[in-house]
Amino acid sequence: MTAPAPRPWTLVAELTYACPLRCAYCSNPVGYERHRAELATDDWCRVFAEAEALGVMQLHLTGGEPLVRRDLEALVARARALGLYTNLVTSGLPLDRARLASLRDAGLDHVQLSIQAADKEVAERVAGVESFEHKLRVAAWIKELELPFTLNCVLHRANLDEVDAIVALAERLGADRLELANTQYLGWALANRARLLPSAEQIDEARHRAEDARRRLDGTMEILFVKPDYFGKYPRACMDGWARRFIVVSPDGLALPCHAAHTLPGLAFENVRARPLAEIWESSPGMQAFRGEDWMPEPCRSCDRRAIDFGGCRCQAYHLTGDAAATDPACVLAPAHGLVEEARGRTEPDEGYLLRGPLRSPY
Amino acid sequence: MTLAGSARPRLARKARLRFDAREDKNVLLSPERGLVLNETAASVLGLCDGIRTIDAIVDALAAGHAPGERARIAGDVMDLLERLVSRTVIELAP
Repeated sequence: MTAPAPRPWTLVAELTYACPLRCAYCSNPVGYERHRAELATDDWCRVFAEAEALGVMQLHLTGGEPLVRRDLEALVARARALGLYTNLVTSGLPLDRARLASLRDAGLDHVQLSIQAADKEVAERVAGVESFEHKLRVAAWIKELELPFTLNCVLHRANLDEVDAIVALAERLGADRLELANTQYLGWALANRARLLPSAEQIDEARHRAEDARRRLDGTMEILFVKPDYFGKYPRACMDGWARRFIVVSPDGLALPCHAAHTLPGLAFENVRARPLAEIWESSPGMQAFRGEDWMPEPCRSCDRRAIDFGGCRCQAYHLTGDAAATDPACVLAPAHGLVEEARGRTEPDEGYLLRGPLRSPY
Repeated sequence: MTLAGSARPRLARKARLRFDAREDKNVLLSPERGLVLNETAASVLGLCDGIRTIDAIVDALAAGHAPGERARIAGDVMDLLERLVSRTVIELAP
């Protein structure tokens, strides 16, 4: 492949996989303990500068839970000095008001705070820990400190019927944006799929509720409803295409096209400790593997939608079919679409979730 | 979303303008978004200070153009601002 690499716009910096929450839908790899050799402060600062030089303007500081890194203030300050739009993606734990104020003073542009449901019992069953009330306190501090904020809620069977209550909570907390993101079945969410999968009727109803709220709150609160896999006709444009707009760097320094690419066997991903980010982005075999259209099988190769959804999600293709180059089975045109239809029909009660264990950050 | 000419637009707190040397253009940054601005849009946003009204912004941009151009400019400014208010990256000063 000789076409020049596209410009990346967003760096997703997964500072750690450690997290006090144990969410049943977590997108971290199930084998997250293998990536514990976290990058040091200086490594991250260099990666931010290298990303900015490549054209990146958006930075997501995420994890795991980025707040467990004691150097987060230094990282925010460096990112902001580079002009990056610096977004903290957080559970709000562990956080007190003073630390939030110092993050703001370091130049934080925006906070994305997760909640698991509008109802405490449902929220904490999915999160695996007591957390609901603390999150409400964090939201109040965010407003007091005048930080812009998005409230994020991952949707699944146990909370999809609560969309109205979640919107009401976002309004009460004064969120600038509300992201209603349906679960994507990778990582821990794939392990819990039978307990998380909703019905098609639940999805339709939730979508209508979100649309009504969007119309009502036009110009005051932005509402995003992220479409679920498994219930659409076509797959989502995963990461806006492989190694096209996003660079993800894992806690231990692997430069990846998405959060889960290192779970695909046989792909060589390189570490930012060993090579400049620009070289990795432009030429590493892992980045090149599914960039553009040359890799596509039929029916993608001749499909009119190939420049819209880019063949869907490679990780989903691998984890469902064993072949990362297969058409995403979420697509109705995919030869393996039957696997998705079958999974939709194979549900279990939404209890007894498989929850991730605790993990500590060395930083 | 319909805006009055007397409204006084300004950047929302979550939005930030930054110059992109690579494209030689201004970019409006907001959560998970970057809007690359053409010269006209950049001029409009540069005047959205929460003090000027939309009518005053149109006046400023129409100065130096033929009088017949004002209506077209006003339409363009309104379209842009209505879209950005709907996306909540521009807000109206109280």
